[in-house]
Amino acid sequence: MQQSATTMREGAAVPQRAATGGTAGAVRRRTRGGGVPVKPLILTLYLVFLLLPIYWLVSMSLKTNEEILSTFALWPQDLTFANYAEILSDPAWYMGYVNSTIYVVLNTVISVSVALPAAYAFSRYRFLGDKHLFFWLLTNRMAPPAVFALPFFQLYSSIGLFDTHIAVALAHCLFNVPLAVWILEGFMSGVPREIDETAYIDGYSFPRFFTRIFMPLIAPGIGVAAFFCFMFSWVELLLARTLTSVDAKPIAATMTRTVSASGLDWGVLAAAGALTIVPGALVIYFVRNYIAKGFALGRV
Amino acid sequence: MARIDLRTLAHSYRPNPAGRADYALKPMDMTWRDGGAYALLGPSGCGKTTLLNIISGLLVPSQGQVLFDDEDVTAVIPEDRNIAQVFQFPVIYDTMTVRQNLEFPLRNRRVPEPEIAARVAEIAEALHMTEDLPRKARGLTADAKQKISLGRGLVRQDTAAILFDEPLTVIDPHLKWQLRSQLKALHRRYDFTMIYVTHDQTEALTFADSVVVMHDGEVVQVGTPEELFERPAHTFVGYFIGSPGMNVLPCTVDGRTARVGASEIALARAYAPRNGKVELGVRPEFVRVAPAGAGAESGGVPVRVTGVEDVGRYRIARLRLEGHPMAAILPDDARIDGDTAAVSFDPAHVNVYVDDHRVEGEA
Amino acid sequence: MQTRPVNQKAWFLVLPVVVLVAFSAIIPLMTVVNYSVQDTFGNNQFFWVGLEWFDDIIHSERFHDAFLRQILFSALILAIQVPLGIVVALCMPKSRFWTAVVLVLMALPLLIPWNVVGTIWQIFGRVDIGLLGKTLFSLGIDYNYTQDPIDAWVTVVVMDVWHWTSLVALLCYAGLQSIPDAYYQAARIDGASRWAVFRHIQLPKMKRVLLIAVLLRFMDSFMIYTEPFVVTGGGPGNSTTFLSIDLVKMAIGQFDLGKAAAMSIIYFLTILLLSWVFYTVMTSSDASDRKPRG
Repeated sequence: MQQSATTMREGAAVPQRAATGGTAGAVRRRTRGGGVPVKPLILTLYLVFLLLPIYWLVSMSLKTNEEILSTFALWPQDLTFANYAEILSDPAWYMGYVNSTIYVVLNTVISVSVALPAAYAFSRYRFLGDKHLFFWLLTNRMAPPAVFALPFFQLYSSIGLFDTHIAVALAHCLFNVPLAVWILEGFMSGVPREIDETAYIDGYSFPRFFTRIFMPLIAPGIGVAAFFCFMFSWVELLLARTLTSVDAKPIAATMTRTVSASGLDWGVLAAAGALTIVPGALVIYFVRNYIAKGFALGRV
Repeated sequence: MARIDLRTLAHSYRPNPAGRADYALKPMDMTWRDGGAYALLGPSGCGKTTLLNIISGLLVPSQGQVLFDDEDVTAVIPEDRNIAQVFQFPVIYDTMTVRQNLEFPLRNRRVPEPEIAARVAEIAEALHMTEDLPRKARGLTADAKQKISLGRGLVRQDTAAILFDEPLTVIDPHLKWQLRSQLKALHRRYDFTMIYVTHDQTEALTFADSVVVMHDGEVVQVGTPEELFERPAHTFVGYFIGSPGMNVLPCTVDGRTARVGASEIALARAYAPRNGKVELGVRPEFVRVAPAGAGAESGGVPVRVTGVEDVGRYRIARLRLEGHPMAAILPDDARIDGDTAAVSFDPAHVNVYVDDHRVEGEA
Repeated sequence: MQTRPVNQKAWFLVLPVVVLVAFSAIIPLMTVVNYSVQDTFGNNQFFWVGLEWFDDIIHSERFHDAFLRQILFSALILAIQVPLGIVVALCMPKSRFWTAVVLVLMALPLLIPWNVVGTIWQIFGRVDIGLLGKTLFSLGIDYNYTQDPIDAWVTVVVMDVWHWTSLVALLCYAGLQSIPDAYYQAARIDGASRWAVFRHIQLPKMKRVLLIAVLLRFMDSFMIYTEPFVVTGGGPGNSTTFLSIDLVKMAIGQFDLGKAAAMSIIYFLTILLLSWVFYTVMTSSDASDRKPRG
């Protein structure tokens, strides 16, 4: 531990100016005690812990059902893509992905677009009840979906939106809008107010200023907010399943129902699960440089 | 306290530096006198901070040695070097009180309790912070925080040198001079070697007895403020120190005469003709401007006047000599009519540069 | 913050959010409150029962058990994930490339639909086809999450650690990234030990993100439903029946609307209250040392 004690911030020794020059060779290491690389070891163990169950799922999706049940091997002995072929050729399966994607995108668009002006208001002005309103919004993030499942079902049934994509998208706004407002407010507070004032003096109207000048400035914030909305809408199942039956049924629900119906088709189940990881992985890859920052900029 | 020697020191952030351009710090030999107050002056990116971090041990130089009182400390870690450093932004331990902040370096070195108490009391008194001791450090103002950072260096009896990395950047202007004079008083009282990095020439010139000017990874001149002003060793020093900067005009030299185009300028000393880039440098303060034609007998050189700026305390004439832009500071009573004039230079203050470095003439 | 101008027109900007959230929060909440004070014999005939349902719930052993399980679960989750997340964040690599790789890999579990998280662990832990289950079994450990309550608990807790520790780690990493290098340099010059650097620099600077992490993890672990439901279905017995699972059983399984509604309200208020307690406790020390000082 001593070793890592002094090497932990090697980067610290390099002045900012040198950031482009790389850090190799520039840094001293105190070599007291043994040289066990504790940190990479811990990190590697953690990553193995994270990836092993996912690997098992993927490896299972590439096996036949017979192989899954009869032999126990660390990798597929008889590699097959039949499970994926079945999902991609059966509308009952693949429409699940389409439905999920539709309501997730709808939700992300709705959440971010209503949250943008609200976050601007919270970050720039004081108004009657602003603090209470902000707090009330955040309390919705604490509302258990289980509490809302039944009332939502009744509400959307009564207005004829049951089993539509928009119903799920609106329901997910319950927790995504507060989150989006919170994240965007954090980013917007980091933009100096002088910019707004200058723009108004230059004769910009509010909508033009907001879309032409302000939104590009907080683009990373919008990206991060959209990422989180996407994430929480994509992973939620309880509400999505309660509010749909056929036409808008999400892939997650398709999986649970198929499990109870066919029971033992592990290969297809694993393939369906593996495919649900793909959109998330793609989204993470695109926002990888903003993830860490996005977390730090919210306001509590 | 200690004398610090740098021997053939150089540093590159690249693992295998190829040419000179790869070095953030070009090879140098330097001595920092024990108890001296040095200002390290230069534009951002000139290698000041790199040099500072090498002295404090945060960086290991790619080559060369750092000696403290003749002892080689190049490989010694910062905590064992007895160096204190005050950073650009106040670094204090938020969760601790002022007292705990000051005690921290001593506790880490397992100094006996009574001694800690005595040292902290003394330093707090010297910093005028005695009544702040029980306060949480977090709530203090930026200047008080900087004083605490300095205090953490001072409490250690063995501190060899204190390094300041632009410590007044975040301090309110009206508090700057106050803090600077406190710092000077502390320096007199404790007589530590201090190296003060700044890019602000007034700060450097008023504060230090020796100014080290750096440019592009090189130390281009070490000298007193007067020397820097009167005899800049490098054209960069001429530009950087003084406002407006030194006039630098391409010329040829022969004996006691320099020629800029067709104009002849008298020199105080004799110079052999040189190859390379030859320039003469003269500060605007030593340029006299006279009405056109009046200068013929006093050796005046005709110039075109492109403008006169009033900067408050004095006026600056913008001129063109043989097409080369230059500036002159006008005395209060001086008048310029029309767009031509004649200038004459005080020969004692005309310097000659070859490839940017000042050359000494023969008497 | 204090200098924001007063502008009542700003209400127009928040109006869309208010309308939307009112629609998706207040109307359902009113429905819940409505149910909680009424009873029905079916055929849409309701009558007022006052606080009877609340009285029922508060004195029901089933609710007590689920509540205690929930508290224990959230406490375990916080006790494991927060320290582990901090450790992982401290172990992050320095090179840009590896940081990007690790971040992407780490965030992966966060974007897996929750029922798939359940499915993954359901498969992974099975003694017949799962890597974990089979390995433990072959090591002679009698592990079976469908039979043994302890095994079920371990599986659910490990699953949640797997699922969410990265969130804490990402938050902490973001907090660590915001510490200027000068702090580490000053600490080295002051001769601070590794522990002192953590205790006096890193931990205080991570305080804000840790607050977010603790709040988020508390809320979400307290509301957990899908993942344990998929893996254990709340069993064996009721051993992993947490509040949400119990609530859904009651509301949809038994259609006990009044009771479920009363439970919903108690449940929601508990989360609000506990979140408020966490928030107040974790920010109280700030407030006290900000007060005096000119």
